[in-house]
Amino acid sequence: MILDPILIVGIAAALGAALLGALFRRAGRSAALGGGLGALGGGAGALLFMLPLNFCTFELARRPEDVFLGMLLIGAGMAACLLPLHWWFIERPSQRRVPRAIQGTFKGWLTPWLLLLPTLTVLVLFLYYPFLDTFRLSTLIVQPRARRTPFVCLKNFTDLLGDPAYLRSLLITLIITAAIVVIGLIVSLLIASVAYQPIRGAGVYRTLLVWSYAISPAVAGLIFFLIFNPIAGIANHITGNLFGVRLEWFNDPNLAVVAVVLASVWKSLGFNILFYIAGLQNVPNDLREAAAIDGANTFQRFWLITVPMLSPITFFLIVTNVTYAFFDLFGTIDMMTSGGPVGATTTLIYRIYQDGFMEGRVSYAATQSVILFLLVIGITYLQFRTTARRVTYGA
Amino acid sequence: MSSETFFENIALPVARTRARPSLRLLPKRLGAHIFLTIACLIIGFPLIYAIIVSTQTNADVFAYRFTFGSALADNFNVVMGARNLGTYMYNTVFTAVAVTFGKTVLSLLAGLAFVYFKFPGKWLVFGFVLITLMMPTEILIIALLRFVVLDLGWGSTYQALIIPFIASATGTFLFRQHFANIPAELSEAAQLDGATPLQFLWRVLIPISWNTIGALAVIQFIYVWNMYLWPRLVIQDASRQVVQVGLQSLISTDTGFTYGPLMLGAVIASIPPVIVFVLLQKQFMSGFALGRDK
Repeated sequence: MILDPILIVGIAAALGAALLGALFRRAGRSAALGGGLGALGGGAGALLFMLPLNFCTFELARRPEDVFLGMLLIGAGMAACLLPLHWWFIERPSQRRVPRAIQGTFKGWLTPWLLLLPTLTVLVLFLYYPFLDTFRLSTLIVQPRARRTPFVCLKNFTDLLGDPAYLRSLLITLIITAAIVVIGLIVSLLIASVAYQPIRGAGVYRTLLVWSYAISPAVAGLIFFLIFNPIAGIANHITGNLFGVRLEWFNDPNLAVVAVVLASVWKSLGFNILFYIAGLQNVPNDLREAAAIDGANTFQRFWLITVPMLSPITFFLIVTNVTYAFFDLFGTIDMMTSGGPVGATTTLIYRIYQDGFMEGRVSYAATQSVILFLLVIGITYLQFRTTARRVTYGA
Repeated sequence: MSSETFFENIALPVARTRARPSLRLLPKRLGAHIFLTIACLIIGFPLIYAIIVSTQTNADVFAYRFTFGSALADNFNVVMGARNLGTYMYNTVFTAVAVTFGKTVLSLLAGLAFVYFKFPGKWLVFGFVLITLMMPTEILIIALLRFVVLDLGWGSTYQALIIPFIASATGTFLFRQHFANIPAELSEAAQLDGATPLQFLWRVLIPISWNTIGALAVIQFIYVWNMYLWPRLVIQDASRQVVQVGLQSLISTDTGFTYGPLMLGAVIASIPPVIVFVLLQKQFMSGFALGRDK
């Protein structure tokens, strides 16, 4: 062992104790309580990933990157254990408690469990078990017809992070996501800022603007597959007649990305417009009128009053659009480009599909799922932050 | 904090302005009508194009005709007869209805347990349900497929499309919120009358919860109808395939691309979710608002 397990847990416990102790003292709580909880949380955090892995990243035969990843995992485990403690003892007591009407309760200790049984059973079997199994698979080498599944510690992870194809997928996913979010939100806010006004036929306009949400990602992919088809597609017909240019939409890596982004923006536009209209209707007119009296022009009123007032909805839409770009895009890409040309539209989820199901590299795909999960945690954290900010559309 | 109090805190002490002269409003609104009409046409264009192509022959498509063709009946026969779109549609309807129904029932029962019962570990169990929001099916799809196909032997079955999706953290949360806001007198009266929890749910709660049920149902119905990755992996037998994946069989034909049937399939597959969404827009929005109003 490069580092002794007992030493590792000891250091983690000491770090946790110091950290929570200091935080508790700053919040005016007992430092000793904080230190004790911190020691427990830190130690448990170190064990969270290392116990299942049997501290394999610190064996003598491992490379520096294994040790580094191991440290990272210990840090992540500590964060996972310490953050809830901090929230429970420091942040929660300071939050305003909303009094809730106490409901008359039925008697019986067995009945609530019977009522919850179906939900809990399905969640355990089809979410928790596969979730944990994904982590287990990521430390093995699993092949479709091989009986042996040797344990390889974090080799899949170090391989993956050194794999240019994977890093390219990560980059492509980030680019496509950013494009969908930025273009989608700007266009939908522009349209919504006209459509929310109480003009004649407003309801008809709204319906004709938002229905595209109900179109599936796969169908959006199919329709745009035809629109951008090099021979039969309308896009080349128009550009060919107007500018004499006919583009190879699905053979050029950059154009293929553009086509996928356009299809996705179109599909998500309805959802964005729907929520921006609702948000705009809740921005009080008084504010804009007051600003108009103070001499603010239309653009200033929009930029200085409307946009900040909409920020809770914008946050909400960013989160939902990022989730959409990460996962739901699979159908669009599968129909339009199948991840091509030469991997130009192979996003993270599409690579999981290709590696796991087309190439039979099960554990490699499971490893990618674990990394995708870490990204999802980041998104979910953002989601909770935005919920805390209070969305103002639900009147 | 409700939106009203939020606005009260920042509202500026300014008198309301006089109504603006109507002369200025007329051209402004005309501009809005023109802008919105163009926006509707641009957003509608892909679907209009798809509908037009779905009535055309390949020759019409290659000639870039923007009028309805005469091949709608032929395309329909190809799609329904040779390509089994009817079977795919049936499978999707069945799956979407079953999942929506199952999710509603399970979420109602769980909400009932969380609001109208006291039991040890309630908060822990609620957290256990809520944490699954962080586990989208996509990230555990490898292990889920292995479990469902290899361990349960459910490959190419309806239950593989339905059972894994009938529990819902969102739904449980939604009904818990909704029930908690119902006056306590109702449940107390029900107990005095000697009603069992299920009678209370059936006779009292469900009749006053149709808006919440509708909100959950419309969100879930569209979600399940448009599901793609999971059925693509777990269903290998064409007779059990759902329409979103089944559309693929319209792309790859031995006679090359035939665009008319392809677009007709896309249009037919989109009609039910678009109608449901357009009719239930209000419920759809309130579902999101309720779910986020902690």
